[in-house]
Amino acid sequence: MEATVAAERPRLDRVRFGRALRRFGWTIAVYALFATVMVVTIAIKPDYGSFEWNTLTLAALPLAFAAAAQTMVVLGGGIDLSVGALMALANVLALRAMLGHDLNYALVVALIVLVEVTLAGALNGAIIVLTRVPDIVITLATSFIWAGLALLVLAKPTPGIPLDFQNLAQGSTFSPWVPNALLLLLVIPAVWIPLRRSRAGLAIYAIGSDRNAAFRSGVNLALSRILAYAVGGFFAACGGLALSMTTGVGTPLAGTYYTLSAVSAIVLGGVSLAGGRGGMLGPVAAAYILSLIPAVLIYLGIDPNYGQMIQGVLIVLVVMIGGVGALLRRA
Amino acid sequence: MLEASGLAKNFGPVVALRSADLRVRGGEIHALMGANGAGKSTLVKILTGALTADGGAISLGGRPRSFRSTSEARKAGLICVYQDPSLLPDLTVLQNLKLMATPISRFRHYLAELGLDGFDLQTMPRELPRPTLSLLDLARALAIEPQLLLLDEITASLPADLTVRVFNVARQLRAEGRSVIFISHRLAEVAALCDRATVLRDGRTVGVVEPAQGGEERIVKLMLGPVADEVAAEAASPSAPATGGVAVEVRNLKAGTLNGVSFTLRFGEVLGVAALEGQGQEELFDCLAGVRRPESGQIVVGDKGSSFRHPADAIRAGLVLIPADRLQALLRQRPVRENIALPLVSRISRWGPINLRREKRSVEKAVKRLQIDTRVQSEVRRLSGGNQQKVGIARWLVGGFKTLLCFDPTRGIDIGTKRQIYGLIKELAANGSAVLLFTSELPEIQLACSRVIVLFGGALVDEMPAAEADEKALLRAAHGLPSEADPDAQEGA
Repeated sequence: MEATVAAERPRLDRVRFGRALRRFGWTIAVYALFATVMVVTIAIKPDYGSFEWNTLTLAALPLAFAAAAQTMVVLGGGIDLSVGALMALANVLALRAMLGHDLNYALVVALIVLVEVTLAGALNGAIIVLTRVPDIVITLATSFIWAGLALLVLAKPTPGIPLDFQNLAQGSTFSPWVPNALLLLLVIPAVWIPLRRSRAGLAIYAIGSDRNAAFRSGVNLALSRILAYAVGGFFAACGGLALSMTTGVGTPLAGTYYTLSAVSAIVLGGVSLAGGRGGMLGPVAAAYILSLIPAVLIYLGIDPNYGQMIQGVLIVLVVMIGGVGALLRRA
Repeated sequence: MLEASGLAKNFGPVVALRSADLRVRGGEIHALMGANGAGKSTLVKILTGALTADGGAISLGGRPRSFRSTSEARKAGLICVYQDPSLLPDLTVLQNLKLMATPISRFRHYLAELGLDGFDLQTMPRELPRPTLSLLDLARALAIEPQLLLLDEITASLPADLTVRVFNVARQLRAEGRSVIFISHRLAEVAALCDRATVLRDGRTVGVVEPAQGGEERIVKLMLGPVADEVAAEAASPSAPATGGVAVEVRNLKAGTLNGVSFTLRFGEVLGVAALEGQGQEELFDCLAGVRRPESGQIVVGDKGSSFRHPADAIRAGLVLIPADRLQALLRQRPVRENIALPLVSRISRWGPINLRREKRSVEKAVKRLQIDTRVQSEVRRLSGGNQQKVGIARWLVGGFKTLLCFDPTRGIDIGTKRQIYGLIKELAANGSAVLLFTSELPEIQLACSRVIVLFGGALVDEMPAAEADEKALLRAAHGLPSEADPDAQEGA
């Protein structure tokens, strides 16, 4: 049998290449789109420098985490409308506890906040599993609960995140072109890659792909779903802390923008809303694209409020082009 | 080796299993037989831990067991391969194997045994044809070296050459002292492969038969129960051959599996369609009902050729479909009255308000005529399957039609209601309608039809009057075998 495989190697390589292109085609296209938008930006604003790049990474950091959170849940066949509220909760919890303390204290607080909000995410999943009410209903309901909690913790936007903690994201320790906000994104692969390679990660893909078949394959549906929501909660917590670092402010109502923008980012990033298909690379790039658009508008002297409309048009266009691609492949 | 006794399972008010017994010896291929809805799949799900029984006991190798999940059953050496493959479409085959902790080398070994050596494990199941998926699923099950392998209608989606390979693997397991439970509607397969057969009817075990020694007749009798006598009585008074005008003429129709079929359907007759699963009957009915557009060929209604772009076109031409899955056609969360009135509403009062009084009158008439057992206000999803199907027919009685296309209308319906539905179909034909009837239960053809056409491999292979269409003759024809010499056929009837 080994011999046959060896003889077929050249043909197989071509097969593999074609397959890789098909499987990662969307992600490659998203990065190409990001590169194109960057090139256009630099063409519009020739003095685009490390400062502007730093600003972009700061703006994109919370959204990238929000997209990662939503990706986790959607891959498992669910949807989490409470991502934004969880971020706001993490954000205000951090502010309340860090106010007036030093960096070491702030880091401990950050760790505790991560655990708390991860548990809140797991609770989302557990409620869905126990009540058998659709994901969208439960997470809509819990989004009000988390948002209400955030308001109880902090009634109005308050500055006071320790400066040293802010500088974890705002500085550029290594090079002006590698800002810390970009490095913080490494949290995503640090969690995602081991998960992706474990049976638990496969199980999340499995329940999103075909719940019935997953059940027959012996996957524990309840635990896998809760896990997807818990990891989603963890990324949402990261997003909330990123918000604290990049703005320095605790804002109880910060979440509203992120929930739906995260959905935009994952759709743009090639994650199927039906579940089971997609990865992390696409949504993160999509978060950068979505954060770049308002900046480009400012450079062009256009009212940045058009950004929302452009975001909408972009999603329809990209998904439509993807659909045409799928049709062509079938033909 | 496996012993199950008195297994029972209810889904709310619906009784799926009353009292099922099953004894499988080590080194045996055991068939599980039963008409649709007899409880086979429920029994399989209980054995493999996908469902828990409400009553009864299972013992494995002499020890009482009950499985709370499929993975628990798997660990005990019980594994099932289902008709629809359970590989996850979005994970590669390798990832699918990892998910179930399947030993890869043994998986490869069994793949080779099934004729798939050198298979590329990086393939996505989404991109593979169904028969291949079935084999992969089977190899995955075999790779964990099960003590008891359940094959749930796995041959339904396999071509004949692959079926032979599956049989060889099953025989090999038997030779190693392990057991196989084989579920199939195909009597010929059961007779060729199985040592013994347990027959279920209405959720009860009604007998254990050795199929090899001419046991097929007994299996059929056991499966059918009272219906067998019914068939005999009906066959004695076959419907008169139709003399009415041509309702629909199909000329050389091609679509998917369906490969050039021609026939005429006359007013006043019930034309039966007999076929094993997937021989083109779905495509035929879909084309006639306007759900699917044929690749070539013609459908002539009245005296002009028609091309249906949409079910509404077919309905306008008088062709209406009663699908097997009733809920495909009904609005399950709406009351019976609205469901029945829907075609009427969309036809007559296309504009303007609905004439409620008139609607109510027509609906009540239909409900009475069909003896639909319900208050007309209740939601359709709360009705039993038989009553849902009656609603499906009632809506066309009210809406008006010329030709009724019934695709397996009695799937999963109890015997009493079946009789009512077939009675109604015959009555409709007697009153001048044309009916095209496909049923997956071959013995039922004679209950309602006056003439039968047989499809095999997408072609029309035989046509016979109902009087000659006993199960034996139909089974032969449906397997693509030439009909026996005439005297034999007479003897069979």
